[in-house]
Amino acid sequence: MKTTYLLGAIAAATMVAGAASAQATLEAVKARGELICGSNTGLTGFGAPDANGNWAGFDVDLCRAVAAAVLGDATKVKFVPTTGETRFTALQSGEVDVLIRNSTWTASRDSELALDFVAVNYYDGQGFMVKKDLGVSSAKELDGATVCIQTGTTTELNLADFFKQNNITYQPVTIADDAEGQRQYLAGACDAYTTDASGLAASRATLPDAENHIILPEIISKEPLGPVVRHGDNNWGDIVRWTYYSLLIAEEKGITKANVEEVAASTNDEEVKRLLGLSGDMAVKFGLDNDAFKRAILAGGNYGEIFATNIGEGTSINLARGLNALWTQGGLQYAPPFR
Amino acid sequence: MAESKQTHFVRTEMLQPSPPPLREAGVVRWLRENLFSGWFNTILTLFGLAVIWLLVSSALPWWLNGVWTAGSLGECREIIAKTAGEGASGACWAVVRERWHQFIFGFYPVDLWWRPVLAFCLLFAAMGPVLFAGQKRKLLILLGAVGATIVILVTLAASAVPNEVPGQTDAPFVWKLALALSLLTIGAMMALTAAGSGRLLWFTGLFPALCFWLLWGGPIWVPLGALFGFVLLAAVYSALLKRAGPGMAAGLGLIVALVWWLFIDAPVTVALNNAIPFGLTSVQSDEFGGFLLAITIGVTAITFSLPVGILLALGRQSDMLIVKTLCVGFIEFIRGVPLITLLFTASLLLQYFLPPGTNFDIILRVIILVTLFAAAYLAEVIRGGLAALPRGQYEAADALGLDYWQAQRFIILPQALKVSIPAIVSTFIGLFKDTTLVAFVGLMDPLKGVTQIVRADIDWKGIYWEPYIFVGAIFFVICFGMSRYSMYLEQKLKTDHR
Amino acid sequence: MALAHDAPKESFRLSMLIYDTRYRAITIQVFVLILVAAFFAWLLNNTIENLAIRGKEFNYGFLWQRAGYDIGQQLIPYTNDSTHFRALLIGLLNTLAVAVLGCIFATLLGVLIGVLRLSKNWLVSRLMTVYVEVFRNVPVLLWILLAYVVLSEVTPSPRDFKAAEGVEPAASMVLGGTVAITNRGTNIPAPLVDHSLGGFEIGGIPVNFTVLAFIAVMIASFWANARILTAARLKQEATGDRPTTWWKSLLVLFAPIIALSLVLGLHWDIPALAGFNFKGGILVAHSFTALLVALTLYTSAFIAEIVRAGILAISKGQSEAAFALGLRPGRTMQLVILPQALRVIIPPLISQYLNITKNTSLGIAVSYLDLRGTLGGISLNQTGRELECMLLMMAIYLTLSLTISTVMNFYNKSVQLKVR
Repeated sequence: MKTTYLLGAIAAATMVAGAASAQATLEAVKARGELICGSNTGLTGFGAPDANGNWAGFDVDLCRAVAAAVLGDATKVKFVPTTGETRFTALQSGEVDVLIRNSTWTASRDSELALDFVAVNYYDGQGFMVKKDLGVSSAKELDGATVCIQTGTTTELNLADFFKQNNITYQPVTIADDAEGQRQYLAGACDAYTTDASGLAASRATLPDAENHIILPEIISKEPLGPVVRHGDNNWGDIVRWTYYSLLIAEEKGITKANVEEVAASTNDEEVKRLLGLSGDMAVKFGLDNDAFKRAILAGGNYGEIFATNIGEGTSINLARGLNALWTQGGLQYAPPFR
Repeated sequence: MAESKQTHFVRTEMLQPSPPPLREAGVVRWLRENLFSGWFNTILTLFGLAVIWLLVSSALPWWLNGVWTAGSLGECREIIAKTAGEGASGACWAVVRERWHQFIFGFYPVDLWWRPVLAFCLLFAAMGPVLFAGQKRKLLILLGAVGATIVILVTLAASAVPNEVPGQTDAPFVWKLALALSLLTIGAMMALTAAGSGRLLWFTGLFPALCFWLLWGGPIWVPLGALFGFVLLAAVYSALLKRAGPGMAAGLGLIVALVWWLFIDAPVTVALNNAIPFGLTSVQSDEFGGFLLAITIGVTAITFSLPVGILLALGRQSDMLIVKTLCVGFIEFIRGVPLITLLFTASLLLQYFLPPGTNFDIILRVIILVTLFAAAYLAEVIRGGLAALPRGQYEAADALGLDYWQAQRFIILPQALKVSIPAIVSTFIGLFKDTTLVAFVGLMDPLKGVTQIVRADIDWKGIYWEPYIFVGAIFFVICFGMSRYSMYLEQKLKTDHR
Repeated sequence: MALAHDAPKESFRLSMLIYDTRYRAITIQVFVLILVAAFFAWLLNNTIENLAIRGKEFNYGFLWQRAGYDIGQQLIPYTNDSTHFRALLIGLLNTLAVAVLGCIFATLLGVLIGVLRLSKNWLVSRLMTVYVEVFRNVPVLLWILLAYVVLSEVTPSPRDFKAAEGVEPAASMVLGGTVAITNRGTNIPAPLVDHSLGGFEIGGIPVNFTVLAFIAVMIASFWANARILTAARLKQEATGDRPTTWWKSLLVLFAPIIALSLVLGLHWDIPALAGFNFKGGILVAHSFTALLVALTLYTSAFIAEIVRAGILAISKGQSEAAFALGLRPGRTMQLVILPQALRVIIPPLISQYLNITKNTSLGIAVSYLDLRGTLGGISLNQTGRELECMLLMMAIYLTLSLTISTVMNFYNKSVQLKVR
């Protein structure tokens, strides 16, 4: 009892010093001259290194946009591969400045893990992929099936809940990463492979016999994926959030990587002017240069462009915009006004 | 009839000895004695033959149908199907051919490959004076071989650079200069060896700093600053040795060196670098991978774990209760938990134990933990060696009037270490194999990290035997070599008569 | 009158703390103690500070919350409604299962290979040398990964067992149709009884009277058999005649257990194909099998070397002396060589057992849910309490290791030469 009390007192005494240092992510990044971004160990389309160690992907491009906004150079990013198990600790410990690694926003991660999800860059949901000749057309027919599942993710909790609610049983086969999951599924070690629907689509797209595999209609969960920062550094969270929103607004206003200078010269839209740093001092209030968000757009293009180059229709992943279309086109992607 | 009287038969020349019965000579005898000497042995032999047949018949076509040039696994399978017929199995070594550089160097920049290669070659030059102490001829041969290898490998590595590498960093003359310098060093070492000088150990002492600089690059002042700390230590030690005794002198020297490293080193280095900027392109730790990473971690940990292990072993044998308890506690703790938990400590918990805001390189964190891990095991091995020494050796040292450190240095440790060489080497082998576990904290070890990246590539999805066999074979060669060397050493140092 | 004087009492000076060997040890120890204490205080202070910054507290309360995830292999009942502590227990039992079976199999295989390596048969001894060198000099992680990949890629899928119209199934069950090896795992028969003796729970751990009854009967049988053999030996020593014991032994060893099985109605639940998978029996996951096989093969190479070294350490004179006494080779091994070799073999064998136990944590490579997988993996990750989970996990592994080494050292003491 006494010890706890004593420890508490010491903790309270050190709190002040701690709080001061926690505010400093922006300064730390600027001083370092490099953004450290937690990324996936390798998920094609979202974040994976190629043969030469160059990172590419949907999440990776958002990291580059943040680096461009903060440091003015989209290449000043160091990608730290994190697994499902190490990602949040890497963020909490300060090993990475921001985690952009298809992580699901949940209440307990906000509260218990002391993290802040600043936006949702991809609306996803958990689904199942099965082989066509299994003769299953609904996830509710999977009674007694063997299901491959990645550990350390929300998917294993959703899976347990889903089967329990429907009063059916399953045999979990836990796997460490997406590549292993695909291998197991293809080898037939499991009847169904479950993960986020985008991941399933990506996997299915790369299979040699994609037509023999179907993704079941049930989406058993909501998986809003988004960038994460440490709890308590609000300014840094705002920077990441608004870098992302600037990409959304850019798409909404038709600003692309190619025409950004042109738009800047000709626009009469006050919001666009504020966004590109032509009027007002919006970005300066975040502690950035006034053209920070323009640089973010220049890094990899607007949201639509990033989507199209990495995971959109025509790429090997071949995902439709769906929920991730702009709100003006019936999707959920909606940025608050930039003023 | 006269002839018929000659009934006596006198042999005039000796008969040729008749060959032994077929079953007692040559191959047949050897077979009978070694393979079919009884019903039990016969069964064993047949069983062994069956195992060999099973292995060969199932694996041989696969090896023979191997394909070396292809762009993807699918292409490989097509080629095999074309050449060996539909449904034939075959190895797809093309993956090794296409991705060998990742298995060896990870993502280390192509135009800088010559640096790890040079460091690796110089490693042998640095080990030479230790491994072949007092054997002039062997040392000369080794140094000559290292020199030749450096010329070949560094040239090869430097010419592997594609011409249009964007942002090529080190001008080509840098590697030529480095090559010339290292050849000069090797030449000087050979001259010194030929002259019978024992000063080669200087190079061995300098090598860690040189190796660090070659691998990570950056300003030359960083390794020089670190080395200067050791110079301070040595200076203070030799200045105070007469007046304060070895223990005090070493302690004070250490304090002075620590003050240098912790407070003075960094600003001085920065100032020097601003004044005279000279250095190599720096390489980030996350670009390390493959065997480069395994060997870096392994060699560093081996080097530093030996002295720490010796100190721990001495501490455990000490009469001082507190020192002994601490050493026992440390050793038993480290030996009681799996390495993987220690690695997770390095990646997850160290951030809690260090002052807020501290953040240092994951490779360095892993090296520290692996060093401590190996040191605890070495301490137990060396303790075995110490325990094997007869009591009389200690008493004789005391009788000669040697103090504790003198006795350890001249009498006890040389014998104890000699006895424990085989066990020390097997600890080293174990440590080297354990470097593969760093994959679980996100580093790219050759076995899991790199293989996973290769297998995640769409082109090579579904491949598993070939990368594992490739990596396993390299591990086997290194570990087997080390164990053979330890057997040779054991034979050479064996002075007792059995 | 006293002739001898006490040595003049030297007054204590401060410098004696450094220069006088009588006091120096104390000085050094106090100094070291202060340093270590300061170091730990520093660590503790940093930890508290860091926890405060992250708004966390050090608290094991999460162990009693709902875990929410499922575990494939469970030796005691567990559902996703169970607590994290229960998940920890499941993980610990899974660790122990691999460790215990691994030790047994590795010892059996290792002794066999070690002895065969000394065989006079040229081919076999060479083969065993190759085995030992190959398995010893390649990281165990590679064997684990390879075993797992091979098991899940080479074995048939459950569908292949289905007999279609007029077509023979592509795969069939082994061992007389009782064991099915599929690419999901190995289905083995499970023992069931008609008349269960019931059971109860202690702290959530079920205790089954049926199992206890079988264990008790077996122990009693072994004990009785040992008594019979001892009586025979005593009689032999007293009279020179050894009474026939084999039928008594057989009777004592097997009759009670068969009787018990009949009374309880023991039968085997043989797996059969139903729906997607085999139902019935016990499913052994491939992650378990792969880990067990790899650890067994890897460690047996080391044990083989230990056994070989142990046997070679016994000088040839010992066996020659035994032969001269007229002992047969088998008896020589049993009475002369083995007891002496064991003294050399046991200490390194202990560290191999410890190694197996610690290496079970490599189950991470095949996502085997052992202690590291549950407590140090999913629980850690879902609750975000890395400090608590890691410290608890290390403490558990440490306790395991220390227990094993204590027990084995106790056994070691009992076989060592008694020096008087």
